[in-house]
Amino acid sequence: MKLKNWKEVNPGSVITEPGSSEKFKTGSWRSSKPVWKEENCIQCLFCWIYCPDNAVKVKDGKRGEFDYEYCKGCGICALECPGKKGNKAIIMVEEGK
Amino acid sequence: MAKIVAVTGNEAVANALRQVNPDVCAAYPITPQTDMMQRFSSFVSDGKVKTELILVESEHSSMSACVGASAAGGRVITATSSQGLALMNEILYIASGTRLPIVMPVVNRALSAPLNIHGDHSDAMYARDTGWIQLWSENAQEAYDNTIQAFPIAEHIDIRLPVMICLDGFIISHSIERIEYLDDEQVQNFVGDFKQLYPLLDIQHPVSYGPLILPDYYMEFRRAQAEVNTKVSKVVLDVASDFEKLSGRKYGLFETYRLEDAEIGIVILNSAAGTTKDVIDEFRNKGIKAGLLKPRLYRPFPYEETGEALKHLKALCVLDRADCFGSSFGPVYSDIAASLYPFKDKPVLVNKIYGLGGRDYLPEHAEIVLNELVDIAETGKVKSYKEYIGVRE
Repeated sequence: MKLKNWKEVNPGSVITEPGSSEKFKTGSWRSSKPVWKEENCIQCLFCWIYCPDNAVKVKDGKRGEFDYEYCKGCGICALECPGKKGNKAIIMVEEGK
Repeated sequence: MAKIVAVTGNEAVANALRQVNPDVCAAYPITPQTDMMQRFSSFVSDGKVKTELILVESEHSSMSACVGASAAGGRVITATSSQGLALMNEILYIASGTRLPIVMPVVNRALSAPLNIHGDHSDAMYARDTGWIQLWSENAQEAYDNTIQAFPIAEHIDIRLPVMICLDGFIISHSIERIEYLDDEQVQNFVGDFKQLYPLLDIQHPVSYGPLILPDYYMEFRRAQAEVNTKVSKVVLDVASDFEKLSGRKYGLFETYRLEDAEIGIVILNSAAGTTKDVIDEFRNKGIKAGLLKPRLYRPFPYEETGEALKHLKALCVLDRADCFGSSFGPVYSDIAASLYPFKDKPVLVNKIYGLGGRDYLPEHAEIVLNELVDIAETGKVKSYKEYIGVRE
């Protein structure tokens, strides 16, 4: 995206386009990422409820992959995940490894 | 038709605000501003204005409420002094950076400590770099006129910046003077209707105010705000020209008094300029070519025009009613020095600090300064570039 110069920015930094924060990808802030292990998932959707950034995608009542464009790697989903028989369905993996 | 009355500075400014009839006023009382907002609140109670008066618990809150009300789309006012202005500090930058045309009379008073309620310029001087436009007023008439002119300046589509109208605490705010009021209808027509560019209350066009701007954009917004400041002088002059047609009273970026052919000069703000003009007349009667420059638009400061008006002098003294601790000179001195710096030929420039905490500025103080300037002009020798006058040594 081409950045605007100072003559093009809106007076007073007012944002006139509703919902434009969607365009602001924040996934690059992440230092570790959650990885979903479907075999351990009981579809409780706790991760979907707890995710502060709506980065867990759910379709037809079933959870799908993470949306890594917005996931900041906070790890709340991995913490809350009850897993199956003591095996977590979400684990945190350091980025770049 | 103009109506001639005898009123205090606070009363005159409160009446100007009544005539403008703003949408919202959020204010907190502080001496010597209290009586201005008390009078305005009476106008609200008596139904003389349609203004929504918001009673807040501090000046930090009053300016915050003003920011919200202005972003919502209202024409917004407040007023303060001294510690109140200091408490607003954080929000002053938000009002200007968000380009909200709030209008605020500032009744100049000393800053604590030591605690003092009387007139000096420390309060508005600390706020000179907050991004607010500052109009300074010698007397109650100028304070009244500047208040009315502040609205079309602040709200001009090229500007959209908040404006402070500065008047001296007690000396002007509480002294009764002869004032010419405009008719309510004249004032209403002069200021017209205010239309916010992006009103929050326009729910058909939702907007967000106050976003986080990271290093990739912050500098562009600040550069854009600096550019707006370069347009203020022209708008101030255009508004003054329209105001002159209405009132017969002429305003500029600054006022000069017997300056054109002068050899020595004084730069001084607000009420003390009146005293100085009388003493300049006495010196002129003695054949000494003395003159005066009184800044009106102090922020953004018209450096080029001010330098041009002063460069021909041999000796010049800037009198500051505020000190800058840790800096060598008073605030106005530093600006005048900067305005003269580009010129090869320029006056010897000295600085006097006077009148702090309401200490009287007397004709003999102006005499001492002018006599010293005569010596400097003759000999070129300066005994001290900065001195305090009217203080017990």
